[in-house]
Amino acid sequence: MMDFDEALEQFDPALGLEVHVELNTATKMFCGCPAAFGGEPNTHVCPTCLGLPGSMPVVNGKAVESAIRIGLALNCSIAEWCRFARKNYFYPDMPKNFQTSQYDEPIAFDGYLDVDVEGETFRVEIERAHMEEDTGKSTHVGGTTGRIHGAEYSLVDYNRAGIPLIEIVTRPIVGAGVKAPLVARAYVQQLRDLILALGVSEARMDQGNLRADVNLSLAPKGSDRLGTRSETKNVNSFRSVERAVRYEISRHAAILAAGDAVVQETRHWHEDTGITTSGREKSDAEDYRYFPEPDLVPVAPSAQWVEELRGTLPENPTAKRARLQAEWGFSDLEMRDTVGAGALGLVEETIAAGAAPQAARKWWLSELARRANEEGVELSDLAITPAQVARIQALVDEGKVNDKLARQVFDGVLAGEGEPDAVVEARGLAIVSDDGALSAAVDDAIAANPDVAEKIRGGKVAAAGALIGAVMKQMRGQADAGRVRELILEKLGAGEG
Amino acid sequence: MSDLTRRSAAELAAALADGETSSVELTRAHLDRIAAVDGAVHAYLHVDAEGALAAARESDERRARGESASRLDGVPIAVKDVLTTVGMPTTCGSRILEGWVPPYDATVVARLRAGGLPLLGKTNMDEFAMGSSTEHSAYGPTHNPWDLERIPGGSGGGSAAAVSAFAAPLALGTDTGGSIRQPAAVTGSVGVKPTYGGISRYGLVAMANSLDQVGPVTRTVLDAALLHELIGGHDPLDSTSIDQPVPDVVGAAEQGATGDLRGLRVGVVKELTGEGYQAGVQQRFDETVALLVEAGAEVVEVSCPHFVHALAAYYLIMPSEASSNLARFDAMRYGLRVEPEGVEAPSAEEVMRATRDAGFGDEVKRRIILGTYALSSGYYDAYYGRAQQIRTLISRDFAAAFEQADVLVSPTAPTTAFKLGEKLDDPLAMYLNDLATIPANLAGVPGISVPAGLADGLPVGFQVLAPALADDRVYRVGAAVETALTGRWGGPLLDQAPALPTTEVAR
Repeated sequence: MMDFDEALEQFDPALGLEVHVELNTATKMFCGCPAAFGGEPNTHVCPTCLGLPGSMPVVNGKAVESAIRIGLALNCSIAEWCRFARKNYFYPDMPKNFQTSQYDEPIAFDGYLDVDVEGETFRVEIERAHMEEDTGKSTHVGGTTGRIHGAEYSLVDYNRAGIPLIEIVTRPIVGAGVKAPLVARAYVQQLRDLILALGVSEARMDQGNLRADVNLSLAPKGSDRLGTRSETKNVNSFRSVERAVRYEISRHAAILAAGDAVVQETRHWHEDTGITTSGREKSDAEDYRYFPEPDLVPVAPSAQWVEELRGTLPENPTAKRARLQAEWGFSDLEMRDTVGAGALGLVEETIAAGAAPQAARKWWLSELARRANEEGVELSDLAITPAQVARIQALVDEGKVNDKLARQVFDGVLAGEGEPDAVVEARGLAIVSDDGALSAAVDDAIAANPDVAEKIRGGKVAAAGALIGAVMKQMRGQADAGRVRELILEKLGAGEG
Repeated sequence: MSDLTRRSAAELAAALADGETSSVELTRAHLDRIAAVDGAVHAYLHVDAEGALAAARESDERRARGESASRLDGVPIAVKDVLTTVGMPTTCGSRILEGWVPPYDATVVARLRAGGLPLLGKTNMDEFAMGSSTEHSAYGPTHNPWDLERIPGGSGGGSAAAVSAFAAPLALGTDTGGSIRQPAAVTGSVGVKPTYGGISRYGLVAMANSLDQVGPVTRTVLDAALLHELIGGHDPLDSTSIDQPVPDVVGAAEQGATGDLRGLRVGVVKELTGEGYQAGVQQRFDETVALLVEAGAEVVEVSCPHFVHALAAYYLIMPSEASSNLARFDAMRYGLRVEPEGVEAPSAEEVMRATRDAGFGDEVKRRIILGTYALSSGYYDAYYGRAQQIRTLISRDFAAAFEQADVLVSPTAPTTAFKLGEKLDDPLAMYLNDLATIPANLAGVPGISVPAGLADGLPVGFQVLAPALADDRVYRVGAAVETALTGRWGGPLLDQAPALPTTEVAR
């Protein structure tokens, strides 16, 4: 491994990203089975998605619609006429031993996505977005690696077989230099935001709705040729995308600097150790024997339909960011941090649920970002919704809890104890502003600290802090500090001028 | 022999309507006939007496209530073993699917059941429909009822032999390169390959999806039309099925039977006659063309110059699609599973390899290898791509020919039935049997084969082709030929077939 910075002094990285998006259509790509996640193994199946002899596919029109909308949102051209193709290879979780996909006639092609990285815009060119079906899911039992080799036996669940996928492939991204890991991460993040805004997928990386393959190669600095690439498969979080790129840059650099050749292969990403390991060797000669799927007729979306779908697109992401920044009154730095943390959508939803922009930003980027970081998960994976965050802020605004207590409410919500109000109730976190209880505590504090009380009577109002602290301690922090101060001054006959 | 089994399906339907017989009676008559002759013929791979009789009883009950599910309600039928059937095995003539009982019916099978036709059983075929002799069945060959030493054609030799041995009044076949028409020709029966997309392929275990088509196998043209009418029409489960009404094939068959072909232009395809065709076959063909002229048709010669490349294109496209279709037979989910010998804890890949090695016959392996090669990167353009270009040229040839003629005619097969084993070791000679039938599959146009007489005591077929969607024309001309020839013969050609040896059946 070569140090990352050193590697980039010697080499230029070229990135390529292939993102698979599982669509949220009600039914599968080529049959009427439910496309819902989960379910008892092998219950969402029929002759077609099991590939039984004699079965035939029928294209899901809704999936074509989603594919076109994704293509349009990525500024792609939409094919006037395109076909499905068979990608032939043997694997036990592929019911037909070919995947019905698209080959040289993708539904969408030649687009781009402008990606913000630390205030700079990178244009990521999209080569194509095409439709295909997912495979079944294998579980390898026994052995140590969880992979097929060494396993005692394997179980296959075909519920996932035939779920519609859109594969989005970038052109090689060059010129990102030291920012390559950040560009990769930002691309996947912003692509996910776009997919969510389109409403075509749940886009949950942890559930595999959105899966990224990271291709990377290095070329000697200044060279205009691309080096040999590795394909790191199924990198399933934003953070891992960034880490995997960093890792592969260091790994390739060490190999090349030693005068060796990078092997063209697929690699597995290990989330826990942060490294990649060799998968199957893959050369361009790997032969899938593609040919047009003879059981399906071509897909030929009318220009009118495509224009109708264009009318359903959400706001352009770059324009939207500018609009939100203005609306929220964020500084450039605040906006950049929000986008960089993958919190834009979360902050937006929190504000929509009633929180003030700065409060929404503060919770997501400090308190919650810290917790996500500790757990090594994405912000969006935390067990809290923007509506819940907004409600906690409302409790603060209403004076029911203070910032310190609010953190305990976050603890409770994240621990699955229920809605914020329920957590306040169950944990007894509400601030006491009831004068009866406070008054008694203030009396106790005055009695326990006669010399301090004397100073205050004498006009040293600043000394009140010590008494407030004593009251808060007695009330275990659940007192309205402002009201405590008022009571102390009232009782000791001191005014603030 | 029961008189009932000699009758056409149309006659049986009429007898049922008149109350002259019952579905149970005629289903039983056919089951008896199967028991008597199928030991010698081996048309069937599976006979479902119980299921057929149950369906027959339901049909009789329906009729007793004054209802009818279709014009053929109560008339039994045999189904080629390449179509999926709930409750009956579907093997495609292959070891690899031995004992597999599908959980769903092919659309055409569902339409037969809905129409009230008792299903007698499943008929023999070349493995995965690959062959022209039914000798490539893993379960042994079918014998030609005209001469048990000879082949019944293929791949649908079982269906053709069943109807020509009077062991079924009707059967379903499938035709990828001639598998309905060539067996019809060599067994003296009638076979129709409808327009591609005219009949649902859902539940047809595909050999070559872009060429396969389900169609009727019968003894008369009218029977074929009645069956076509029942099973045809759009199916939402098959994207390639045509969303248009079925042409009036029954009306066309009835019109043709009047023997009047005035105003019809008939094109004789130059490239599908002469050299390569057995003398007797050519003679029967020429005589039949003369009959068409007598019936008032205008006959012209047309040229389809690219037909000479049809066989080559077919043997690239068909194996390409087949190699991919057959990949699913891997022992993982259904069918045969063979563990390699001497391998401890074999991997999935090793089990797949051992199963496919043991489960597929030589002809299937040959075509998988051909197809895999033709689709390989670096060869794709030269083979699969080029073959598709030829396919386009053949379609253009048809289009040009149909400018000059309403229908095209040729002998169905270049020879009469050859001896079992004669061409088994010579695949290329075997492939030549489909020379005249393949162009229709490549272009998706409909075709019929009707009996044209005998050559050296064996049946000869006459083929009529029409433009896509004009299936009615092949029925009209086919029926006219049938009327003229049966008039001349004093009855159906099959009346001239020798009696089959029968096994005494205890009732």
